[in-house]
Amino acid sequence: MSDRANPTPFYTPPRPSATFDAHAIAEIQRAAATGIYDIRGGGAKRRVPHFDDLLFLGASISRYPLEGYREKCATNVTLGTRYAKKPVEIKIPVTIAGMSFGALSGNAKEALGRGATQMGTSTTTGDGGMTPEERLSSKTLVYQLLPSRYGMNPDDLRKADAIEVVIGQGAKPGGGGMLLGQKITERVAKMRNLPVGIDQRSACRHPDWTGPDDLTIKIHELREITNWEKPIYVKVGATRPYFDTALAVKSGADVVVLDGMQGGTAATQDVFIEHVGLPILAAIRPAVQALQDLDMHRKVQLIVSGGIRNGADVAKCLALGADAVAIGTAALIALGDNDPKLEAEYQKLGSTAGCYDDWHEGRDPAGITTQDPQLAARLDPVKAGHRLANYLAVLTMEAQIIARACGKSHLHNLEPDDLVALTVESAAMARVPLAGTNWIPGQDKY
Amino acid sequence: MNTIDLEKTPLREVNQRLQGLSAETNERLWKLINPHGEHACAVGLTSPIEVHIDGHIGYYCAGMNQKAKVVIHGQCGVGVAENMMSGEVVVKGTASAAAGATGQGGLLVIEGDAGTRCGISMKGIDIVVKGSVGAMSAFMAQSGSLVVCGDAGANLGDSIYEAKLYVRGAVESLGADCIEKKMTPHHLEKLRKLLARAEIDADPKSFRRYGSKRSLYNFHVDNVDAY
Repeated sequence: MSDRANPTPFYTPPRPSATFDAHAIAEIQRAAATGIYDIRGGGAKRRVPHFDDLLFLGASISRYPLEGYREKCATNVTLGTRYAKKPVEIKIPVTIAGMSFGALSGNAKEALGRGATQMGTSTTTGDGGMTPEERLSSKTLVYQLLPSRYGMNPDDLRKADAIEVVIGQGAKPGGGGMLLGQKITERVAKMRNLPVGIDQRSACRHPDWTGPDDLTIKIHELREITNWEKPIYVKVGATRPYFDTALAVKSGADVVVLDGMQGGTAATQDVFIEHVGLPILAAIRPAVQALQDLDMHRKVQLIVSGGIRNGADVAKCLALGADAVAIGTAALIALGDNDPKLEAEYQKLGSTAGCYDDWHEGRDPAGITTQDPQLAARLDPVKAGHRLANYLAVLTMEAQIIARACGKSHLHNLEPDDLVALTVESAAMARVPLAGTNWIPGQDKY
Repeated sequence: MNTIDLEKTPLREVNQRLQGLSAETNERLWKLINPHGEHACAVGLTSPIEVHIDGHIGYYCAGMNQKAKVVIHGQCGVGVAENMMSGEVVVKGTASAAAGATGQGGLLVIEGDAGTRCGISMKGIDIVVKGSVGAMSAFMAQSGSLVVCGDAGANLGDSIYEAKLYVRGAVESLGADCIEKKMTPHHLEKLRKLLARAEIDADPKSFRRYGSKRSLYNFHVDNVDAY
């Protein structure tokens, strides 16, 4: 029994605040010291409801599986069947997302092209135009038409296999691009028609159209310039996916690209990345719903992106109704980004392997997010391309394993009925039942 | 002279015929009649031909033009000569918003007025407007020249880079980082040549020059009010 008159001193261990956690405190301290917000690369780092919160059910008495090593599970996708005379045929449902030469080194762009081509899929240009290296290394190349129109050239437009009108991206819907002066070398500056060394601001709005009616005419112009051959994609950040998808379809898109908040950026304010836009899990079903309501599901194809890491993520996207996925961050990791072998160099930059996101500074020891010729030379485009091809092969095989277990002879036959959710949030967002129940929260009142 | 009637010929066929002409073609002179505000007309041309459009035309006329000369004998819609690479586009009437947007080369002459955002994000094109231009013209203009013989609307040259702006009349207001600059003999000579190319009779000395203060070229926290 304790003596109330003479209590024994008791040690209370220090308790960190859940609200003012270590990161929040460090950010306050950094803001107080510098007077400026944090800029970084990558996508949302906070935890948001994601594909890990979904499970496949697999086969059972009522579902018949396919034999893993003998029975075919097809993976091919055709993009642009609505209007384009020459739709894009890819062998796997995983494409490489748009990333610019400027944000990435020439070697990194070449490696992306090589890896994608080896696996029969497409890669995408970015802000700043098309480089001859990436056109040469990419069998199927999607050419982006961005608000800045840096490097936009009708000759390249005609060389492209598809055109992607970029309205926004998941990391920063409503924001323009940024490429800080340290990455604006002579070649990058020349391609963008800007002075060397200045901070390059990309506009957040297109210069010559404002709403869906104008976009319809813009897409018509692009088709007229390219003889109605190329599929036209419209890429949006995940914000109002039902309406954006419907308006993209109305505007004449062949393909809608939907990018969630986990999707990466070369350089954006941390507050923007973490607090604007939807996680991709919450965006797919409303987009698919819009396509179904317009009787356009599978006629206008849907590519989704933002935080896709493994074949299970790919399979889940397709089961929710997407036709294909796009990867950016994961592709860079496959090339060699954030490699533990470079730990000593990450430490020198004040980071650690797995956390390095100062892509805007151009000092990437892996030679990927840099324009420094010496750093860029560290990345062997052939070897890095092989690594990416390996990774793409694994993504595809993993998705096939799951699809066969669910009895599907094509990845596109996966469906929401194959899925359940582990949390109430993910059940509501993915519109699949909470595991062990028949409850899909919020379905009646969308 | 080849004449195509847009009332009788689908746009797809018109553009295909014009786009399909080789650099060596001897069918160099074309006339399009009854355009009725058609959009995306005479876009993506690549040969040194001359196309006269007899009437009013819609959006993105002569878009992404290379080498051709396109003359619009009427008014035109949004984004005339957008992203033009080379050649010449002449608008005899007035032009709507975003004329010459993101143009990388060539000459755009507007004999009437131009609407808002004329020369937005221009990247090397030369634009000469005989009349006035609307608000936010030369927004984020990167390079090339914009000559305005009349007045300029609010926020001229907002967030401008290295483009050169010459205005003869009143400027309602200048946008962020855009300032008046000294007209040097070098600039007078450039302006004289531009006016001559556009076949506009105006005294270069009656213009004032505007350009970038270059204070927003690299982000600095002290400039936060301007962002």
